[in-house]
Amino acid sequence: MRRSKPALLPARLLFKRSIRTSAPRWNQPFDPKSIERAEDEVDVCIVGGGPAGLSAAIRLKQLEREKGNEIRVVVLEKGSEAGSHILSGAVIEPRALDELLPEWRTMEEHPLRQPATSSKMLFMTEKMTFPMPHPPQMSNKGNYIVSLSQYARWLANVAENEYGVEIYPGFAGAQLLLSEAPDAKDAWGNDVRSVRGVITNEVGLTKDFRMKSSFEPGMAFRSKVTLLAEGAHGSLSKQAIQMYDLRKESEPQTYAIGLKEVWRVDPSEYKPGLVQHLVGWPLSSDTYGGGWVYHMNDGLVSLGLVIALDYKNPYLSPYRELQRMKHHPFFRRLLKDGERIGYGARSLTEGGFQSIPKLNFPGGALLGCSAGVVNIAKIKGTHNAMKTGMLAAEAAYEAIHEESEDAPATDMSGYDKAFHESWVRDDLYEVRNLRPSFGTKLGIWGGMAYSGVDTLFLKGRVPWTFKHHRPSHGPDKTSSLDSSFTEKADLHTPINYPPFEAPLSTDLMTSVALTGTNHAEDQPVHLRVVKTKDFVKGIEESQNFAVGAGVNALKAEAEIDAVAEDEVEAERKRRIEHVKVNVGEYAGLLQRACPAGVYEYIDVEGSGNTPEGDAWQGKKLVINSQNCIHCKLCDIKVPTQDITWTVPEGSGGPKYTLT
Amino acid sequence: MRPSPRRLLNILVPVKRAVDYSVKIRVNPAQTGVDTNVKHSMNPFDEIAVEESIRIRERSLSSSPSSPPSSPNPVTITALTIGPPKALDVLRTALAVGADSGVHIAIGEKEAMPEPLGVAKSIKAWIEKQNEKAGGKEGRVDCVILGKQAIDDDSGVTGQMLAGLLGWSQATFASKVEVDEARGEVTVTREIDGGGMQVRCRLPVVITTDLRLNEPRYASLPNIMKAKKKPVEKLTPADLGVDFTPQLEVLKVTEPPKRVGGGKVESVEELVAKLKEAGITAA
Repeated sequence: MRRSKPALLPARLLFKRSIRTSAPRWNQPFDPKSIERAEDEVDVCIVGGGPAGLSAAIRLKQLEREKGNEIRVVVLEKGSEAGSHILSGAVIEPRALDELLPEWRTMEEHPLRQPATSSKMLFMTEKMTFPMPHPPQMSNKGNYIVSLSQYARWLANVAENEYGVEIYPGFAGAQLLLSEAPDAKDAWGNDVRSVRGVITNEVGLTKDFRMKSSFEPGMAFRSKVTLLAEGAHGSLSKQAIQMYDLRKESEPQTYAIGLKEVWRVDPSEYKPGLVQHLVGWPLSSDTYGGGWVYHMNDGLVSLGLVIALDYKNPYLSPYRELQRMKHHPFFRRLLKDGERIGYGARSLTEGGFQSIPKLNFPGGALLGCSAGVVNIAKIKGTHNAMKTGMLAAEAAYEAIHEESEDAPATDMSGYDKAFHESWVRDDLYEVRNLRPSFGTKLGIWGGMAYSGVDTLFLKGRVPWTFKHHRPSHGPDKTSSLDSSFTEKADLHTPINYPPFEAPLSTDLMTSVALTGTNHAEDQPVHLRVVKTKDFVKGIEESQNFAVGAGVNALKAEAEIDAVAEDEVEAERKRRIEHVKVNVGEYAGLLQRACPAGVYEYIDVEGSGNTPEGDAWQGKKLVINSQNCIHCKLCDIKVPTQDITWTVPEGSGGPKYTLT
Repeated sequence: MRPSPRRLLNILVPVKRAVDYSVKIRVNPAQTGVDTNVKHSMNPFDEIAVEESIRIRERSLSSSPSSPPSSPNPVTITALTIGPPKALDVLRTALAVGADSGVHIAIGEKEAMPEPLGVAKSIKAWIEKQNEKAGGKEGRVDCVILGKQAIDDDSGVTGQMLAGLLGWSQATFASKVEVDEARGEVTVTREIDGGGMQVRCRLPVVITTDLRLNEPRYASLPNIMKAKKKPVEKLTPADLGVDFTPQLEVLKVTEPPKRVGGGKVESVEELVAKLKEAGITAA
């Protein structure tokens, strides 16, 4: 029986109905079986308030106006406001915006104020730069340089105020609400449970999974259609892809990490509308990536470095690469007397056409970068993301029937079909062979040679489609392809990065402070040390919500028999294995790769082991989850593929405004 | 004669939409203030004020056995904010955690936020309007709970000015509040440099909250959705007869001077020599 607090009220009041709803829950472990969730019914629930999600919401409301059937649309956004978790270059092609909101030029406060006036490509060596021809797809006539964060904020404003979309920032989509029993067929004919909605995150749990007095269970939204628009490598998208085997006929997704800074430069260096892309130094010839410099409005410059995550050297630190790139004379001149006002990082998809999965599943669909629609030749994806949102909205509107409870799960296959007949598919098809061409032994030289020919002459009109390169030992379907390219540390030497030169380049913590990231104290660590397939199994089958959250959390759950005792031991073993492989063979890769300093492999104080018993040879993993900027690099790149990124309590994370 | 349900308190909680506490702020290029193109949210001390008003209500409900469960809420909480249209979000947050209705004194998008004296005068004007409408005892504002200061301007004077203008008792920097509605008194423990100071004030009273008063609750999603239906009164400064023209002129805003590094000394003699250089001598 659960222990309860001694009664504080006088005896005569014990029989009165208590009006307060907080039960004496203080410090009890979280029991998933006993929570009652508030529920609400909506027609469409969209997870993610970015360009894709918001375009879908706006399009649904436009259809409501045109055709008359009312439709309730709810957008859940884990950031404290729309746009606070979005980061991108960005130069956007207004093609989708022209379709969605043809009158956008007349709307007040629209953020497309800086047209791109030129487009240049430069090859960098350690000391010099050489102009280079660039693929015609990269020409920027008619495009705009924007802060994607501001763009999303504006779109959210339009959606809420002009179209009546309900947007709830600060609430993350934490779990998919599934039907009780298998009641639908997936795309391959298997019987599966369908998606019936989304559950938001629990609020008020301590690190060790005990309930605080402020505990509130997440709310369940029952929706006819659930659209996942979480951006690259979304947490629910990852689960959906696995549950419904959506990648059965496609290549795995490949990713890059983009690190960005926003500077206010000296007016003499400011050339509004200038777009420059950089290749070469500081990346070696077997690492795909490059830098950018975009001159935005109001004297601001966006600059950064994109590094493909299939890099081999575990000693590579994306953050240090960005900082040393700024030591190049080109940047020294640009940033002299400037002031850095923003920093951030986010993974982006690079797989392109080959990596588009099946886009629909029973009851929902994947939108935008959750599907992976970045055109890497243009280095643009926003127009594609918005169009997928619009296509999904149209399919959803058609497919929704009026009955609820016993109706079959909504069939969104119309969206998948529409996608493959749209200009998004053509946009990605044209450039599908470019990224794989960089994956041969010729490194970037082979890639540039093939890409030059393809973009200038062939334009993708060839009968072959390259597959993404594979390492000698292929990963299993649920692991990321990129992580399997990482080579062991003993095959490489540590890179000698130059020391920081403030204010041009600074240490990591100074930069992280600029992201404004923060998470409420004492909550479960949202970076779970467990393979995703075990995580999903844990949640769905054994109701083990604390899987991966650390030995103490599992101990608390075992205390109330919410999980079996041997789960605690399994958790300990997972931790030890993680530290053993990452420190022993890969020199603690995550400690170097995370752009926010979340992961540390440190020595255990005193003798031997931690109180939880999860150290290996005197080393333990420390997760500073408060620093997390939600970039998802760890989930993608960790060599042991045992970090599953999950949503923290809503409103936590970065507070980007200019990125 | 059946006793009418006792009306306990009518609490007004002014809240401010201020720069969010976790944002790294910068001076704007014109050096006239802080760059406000950043995330805003409710001033943390105001969150504590809203939380305290809700706790006062909860305490009074659990300790008044004579009021039948169906009687109207004996403690009414009104949230008030002054600001541009976006300030409505902050008001909705207050409604979501438990306030009953809201008041939005609207200023233009590009206008400057009012100074503390302007804020105090507006609140006073609204209270007087409200008390006039109420006539007798019911509906009069008994208690104003504010945050002790806003985290963007750190003025810390609005509560005090308001009490002065109204002629009410004031208990500032509260770390504990106890309401005795039968006697019409409030006992407040104030945080002072020497520790804690207890004051007993007769209603009506102005209280400003300090950090240790309570820990605010989260607004749950179902409550946020219900809050959309709660009434919000919209007013302009002109409706209240208040003028927000600034009385103060900001000449310049700069960042604090960069901290110059210290130096390491090798021996005690060197330390003494450096101290002497800095002009510090033995007493």
